[in-house]
Amino acid sequence: MKIVVCMKQVPATSKVDIDPETGAMKRMSGETRTNPYDLFALETALAIREKTGGTVTVLTMGPPQAEEMIRDAYTMGADEGVILSDRKFAGADVLATSYALAQGIQVIGGADLIICGRQTTDGDTAQVGPAIAEHLTIPHAAWVAEIMDVNEKSIQVRQDLVSISQVSEIPYPCLLTIDKDTCVPRLPSYLLKKATADRPVRILSFEDMPDQDLSRYGLIGSPTSVEKMFAPEESEKQVYLEGTAKEKADKLVALLTGKKII
Amino acid sequence: MAYPYKKMTSEDFDYIRSVTASDRVWVGDEIAKEYYRDEMPEYGVFPPELYVEVLNKEEISAIMAYAYKENIPVVCRGAGTGLAGGATCKYGGIMLSVMRMNKIFPIDRKNQTITAEPGALLIDIQAAAAAGGLFYPPDPGEKTASIGGNVITNAGGMKAVRYGLTRDFVRCIEAVMPDGSIMNFSSNVVKNTTGYDVKDLVIGSEGTLCILTQVTLKLLPAPTCTCTLVMPFRSLEECADMVPKVLELPFVPTAIEFLERELIDIVERNLNKMFPVKQGEAVLIVMYDASSKQELDNAVEAAAEAALANGALDCCIAGTPERAGAVWSVRGGILEGMKADSVAQEECDVVVPRARIAEYVKAAKKIASAHGIRVEPCGHCGDGNIHTEMLRGPEMSDQEWKEATHASLVELYALSKELGGQLSGEHGIGNGRLEFLEEFAGPRMIALYKAIKLAFDDKLILNPGKVIEYNK
Repeated sequence: MKIVVCMKQVPATSKVDIDPETGAMKRMSGETRTNPYDLFALETALAIREKTGGTVTVLTMGPPQAEEMIRDAYTMGADEGVILSDRKFAGADVLATSYALAQGIQVIGGADLIICGRQTTDGDTAQVGPAIAEHLTIPHAAWVAEIMDVNEKSIQVRQDLVSISQVSEIPYPCLLTIDKDTCVPRLPSYLLKKATADRPVRILSFEDMPDQDLSRYGLIGSPTSVEKMFAPEESEKQVYLEGTAKEKADKLVALLTGKKII
Repeated sequence: MAYPYKKMTSEDFDYIRSVTASDRVWVGDEIAKEYYRDEMPEYGVFPPELYVEVLNKEEISAIMAYAYKENIPVVCRGAGTGLAGGATCKYGGIMLSVMRMNKIFPIDRKNQTITAEPGALLIDIQAAAAAGGLFYPPDPGEKTASIGGNVITNAGGMKAVRYGLTRDFVRCIEAVMPDGSIMNFSSNVVKNTTGYDVKDLVIGSEGTLCILTQVTLKLLPAPTCTCTLVMPFRSLEECADMVPKVLELPFVPTAIEFLERELIDIVERNLNKMFPVKQGEAVLIVMYDASSKQELDNAVEAAAEAALANGALDCCIAGTPERAGAVWSVRGGILEGMKADSVAQEECDVVVPRARIAEYVKAAKKIASAHGIRVEPCGHCGDGNIHTEMLRGPEMSDQEWKEATHASLVELYALSKELGGQLSGEHGIGNGRLEFLEEFAGPRMIALYKAIKLAFDDKLILNPGKVIEYNK
């Protein structure tokens, strides 16, 4: 069984400021971390490998610094790591990102099972996983809450959707996106850190892609254009009322009356 | 001597209302049952005659002066999270809650201190310090405890290995004495050799000497990076033997805890909190704080190498807040998990020299199982404070449980003494461990304790029947 886990290195904090002049995101520091959602995907992959055997390959698109994230995945137990890294991939939206990742998966010989995190903390679209499946014309299940059964031929999953829970059995090859908190990701192992210190990380560039049509990648391949970015106005506010029970009740009545709620 | 105390009358109730406010005073059956006990009802459930929520030191002073004159016992109460049956009205009388006195004053930057009233919560003190870029390190598991309770019981907790106890962070105290006078113990100074160190005597006195009305606490610069390591071992003994090896390293750990797999299973089963390390029958959790990444990396590598050299199956690295959170939330869920997994619990809170932890743990298990009790030792092995948790199964009768725990405790305390340890490391004596103290401390020490108590509280009206007992 060959499992590919798509992961992303994201800014260490999800708090970003928007430059009011240019509308661009101001990242508070250069510190990065593995997208926390992807750790649930990697843990799911490693647990499946323990049952079925096989390999777990981590695939990412990003700058060469993403090696740090791949090395972290090695210390959790991933077998191989691949980075799609090329300036031609930069500025990609959901469509171009998912296309490049789907191409990357073909370069490394395809996969029986592809697992993604539900979403990233910087993009927040939750669309890249399902889009990869569409590019590869394979079935997918998004926001998977539980792996119910797994064998060499198919996987049975439960999705908690808005009003229903759905259980599906999906034959390979297929793609899953894993919801957060479905498992506790294992911790990096110092033994694995030492054992994998010299393990290479494979870098793929545009030249390695089977589809050499440049218009499918990066900024050029991205039909999404962001016209403006801004921090939304706070829609919820907390107010603390202090004093005795009576004083607090009086203040609350005054507040609600003032807003014409009562 | 003061016994027996005065039974409170309606005049007494009226007087307390007159110096406070009638909507902050409850009497008899109006008093909520939660004020009859602390977190360990096993150590006594006692209804107060009157429960009052005070707003300031003047009210406390007026109440104490009256109680002193009328011979009425008074027990000061914080958040009620104690584990020794300390904040309970063993002889009835007044329960005086300071939880409405919860102001936290702005950080004093020049002195690097923060001042608060006793009802302020520990979690809020820590947050106030953090908001000012500083750090209040004492971290007993219970974050909703009051700071007054923390000071008066000298709360310890996990980070004592590196930073010390609550006592190490108290600069000065303002308190009301049993006769109603208001005193200051030390002031906001770094050193003080003026007379006896009464401040340090008051800290940890479990509300038997005076009532705190304000405390000033020392703060530290916050560490900039932190990492938690989990070292799985084949046995608890191997795990305990690793503790001195960690302490030998040239890096001071912030916390060292151990957990047995059985205890992890209890938390996972009852609280659905999963531990991120599946290997090992026991794990040692070691945390490091540092002011630079390089310093942290060096500590992590040295500790990991030492672990592997001493039989650890691996060394797992929780270097991000999410990863460390998964480890510490299981550790923090132990008490709750054990409560859900057993009919009743009894706890032995001994502290032994750190080099003798393994010896203690091995012998403690033998002692408890010889008395037919399930035992789960866990705790702060970085400072030798082992919480030996005894769990009651549904098959034991009240009488069997009582006899078995008592017999086990007698032997465990004797064992601790033999190993050079103490009876209680951080939970205190209160009412729950009172019967064992005399044997442990010896008659001369008990006479000294009694003399200290009398020097503060000559009418024995403040939290009577705790730590020491006159009424025999």
